[in-house]
Amino acid sequence: MAVTALSAAESKRLSPRLRKLEDERWLALALLTPTAVLLGLFIAYPFFEGVLLSLSNARVGHPGEFVGLKNFYKIWNDSIFHTTVWNTFWYTGVTTVFKLALGLWLAILLNRHFRGKAIIRAFILLPFIIPTVLSTFAWKWMFDPTFSVINWTLFQLGLITTRINWLGDPDLAMTSIIVINIWRGVPFFAITLLAGLQTISPELHEAAAIDGARPWQRFWHVTWPLLMPVTLVVVLFSVIQTFADFQLVYVMTGGGPANATHLFATYAYQLGIGTGLLSEGAAISLAMFPFLFVIVVVQLLYIRRVETR
Amino acid sequence: MAEVSLHKLNKKFDTTHVVKDVDLKIRDKEFMVFVGPSGCGKTTTLRMIAGLEAITSGEIRIDDTVVNEIPPMDRDIAMVFQNYALYPHMSVAGNMAFGLKMRKFEKAEIEKRINNAASILGIEGLLQRKPRQLSGGQRQRVALGRAIVRDPKVFLFDEPLSNLDAKLRVQMRVELKKLHERLAVTSVYVTHDQVEAMTLGDRVVVMKDGWVQQVGEPLELYNTPANRFVAGFIGSPAMNFADVTLVENGGSPVAEAPGLRIGLPGELATRARAKTGRKATLGIRPEDIHIATAADAPEHCFDADVEVVEQLGSEILLDMRVGAALMVASVEPTLRVRAHDKLKLALKPGRLHLFDAETEAAI
Repeated sequence: MAVTALSAAESKRLSPRLRKLEDERWLALALLTPTAVLLGLFIAYPFFEGVLLSLSNARVGHPGEFVGLKNFYKIWNDSIFHTTVWNTFWYTGVTTVFKLALGLWLAILLNRHFRGKAIIRAFILLPFIIPTVLSTFAWKWMFDPTFSVINWTLFQLGLITTRINWLGDPDLAMTSIIVINIWRGVPFFAITLLAGLQTISPELHEAAAIDGARPWQRFWHVTWPLLMPVTLVVVLFSVIQTFADFQLVYVMTGGGPANATHLFATYAYQLGIGTGLLSEGAAISLAMFPFLFVIVVVQLLYIRRVETR
Repeated sequence: MAEVSLHKLNKKFDTTHVVKDVDLKIRDKEFMVFVGPSGCGKTTTLRMIAGLEAITSGEIRIDDTVVNEIPPMDRDIAMVFQNYALYPHMSVAGNMAFGLKMRKFEKAEIEKRINNAASILGIEGLLQRKPRQLSGGQRQRVALGRAIVRDPKVFLFDEPLSNLDAKLRVQMRVELKKLHERLAVTSVYVTHDQVEAMTLGDRVVVMKDGWVQQVGEPLELYNTPANRFVAGFIGSPAMNFADVTLVENGGSPVAEAPGLRIGLPGELATRARAKTGRKATLGIRPEDIHIATAADAPEHCFDADVEVVEQLGSEILLDMRVGAALMVASVEPTLRVRAHDKLKLALKPGRLHLFDAETEAAI
């Protein structure tokens, strides 16, 4: 009673323009506008410009004119682009599987009660908190052909006799960046899945235990299905980020050796900015779009199905 | 055939000792109710029987097997949880089937048992629903069904009705009683509600601070409480207590307090005589107080100032001041009485209770 009286009295004092905000439609408009402007300015407009650019033959210092799908035709026949597509899928697929598996394992461990739980949980987040470029530089030293601490350790343990050239061999280089991506991505999975685990009532586990389910069965029949909505959302986020990853590869290998570790973003950067072929770079960037679009749509449909189950 | 026996059962969480030396034999087919205020250790005891909580010391046997180290799944028990603990991603049928599937029952047998349990509980129409599409009462039935299909040696209930509204609770209480008569399975039931304990239990265990206060049939607890705590906990409205001094008056023992002077009858007098001159607590239930008539001996009468009149329809509760003590009396609904009236009341001498002021044990 007192509250309504107060707000009525207050609204009388408001100017007519502000009073309009009492209407939900105007309020919605007022609240949405800043976001819409920002998204439009920094996402929609560059995207639109990118599309235009990819349909032209612009280079650095040459505005270019409309050439249709010529750039797409060109990258379609570009063997480095083929490698890039394969790399991106491989990189995204392998890292996601490992990040999910390790993240889930960590989350289950952290969900138990033990001393110093809060501190450990905070520490787990470190790889995720440190700026990627900084941590990747540290990794770069660890994989350095001459100063690699990994090589030194393996050598001291007697496991190798000659230096391993981690970033000089195409397969090893790919494996190295996959390892780093997993290291960086696991905390996000672990913490998010931990949050998901904590929403599952312990009573359900007790009920299942009494119902005769062994620990593994309890995980499979109770924990996993109940964690599925959270898992799908985390995987979706991670796939989008990993698919469009740039910093890690750029710092570690720059796409080398011999273009063996290029992802969409790094190859687009190298071609568009590095060599100045702006339109081709734009075309490569845009080529990511249909793949990501399909992945996101499929996952969102699946999430909806799981959530309404 | 399933007996559950607890022997010198103890539970400590770090430094807190929550269950203390519980000794108890739950007979075959018996419905045993654990009742007490929250934190009294009743749920912990149940969880130790279930195997969900490790035993600090002591022994639990189901029939002749010591089950201390046996995991819950191998104890052949079924449990109904306070919050139902239904698997949210499974249908009602799936929830009931889960325990049987884990135990590798034949599909036909599983179906038969589910249909049987569903018809007992009247939930045949809900089998394909998910738990979140059910009301509280329906969920409770499904939780019961999940226990029934298992056909276990022992049913364990952890405050199963506490999440239901008052009306539904009464209804489910009756159904639980019928169900137990029909299935005749040894049951252990935990509640903080003494009405549930009285109505459901073949026997009732009253616990407080981890100690068993008294074990007995409901009426035994009501009529001869072992101590002041049980006397106050069992019965509603609760028993009245007055601090009295035991004195001798012309050869017969009397309980005396300001504004109150009650002659003690028969056996109680004999027991009280040994404690003459000592302090004690006099207990009388509201339903054992009535308006004094000529038939009441003056030594069982007292004066009271009525402070509040609570009309319940079937009875009237009078909140009164008697000397220094506050008391409640339950009187005939036809009585015309108003707040601030002064009344002469009498009590049934045979229904008096006396408790030692120090040990609180019944005298």
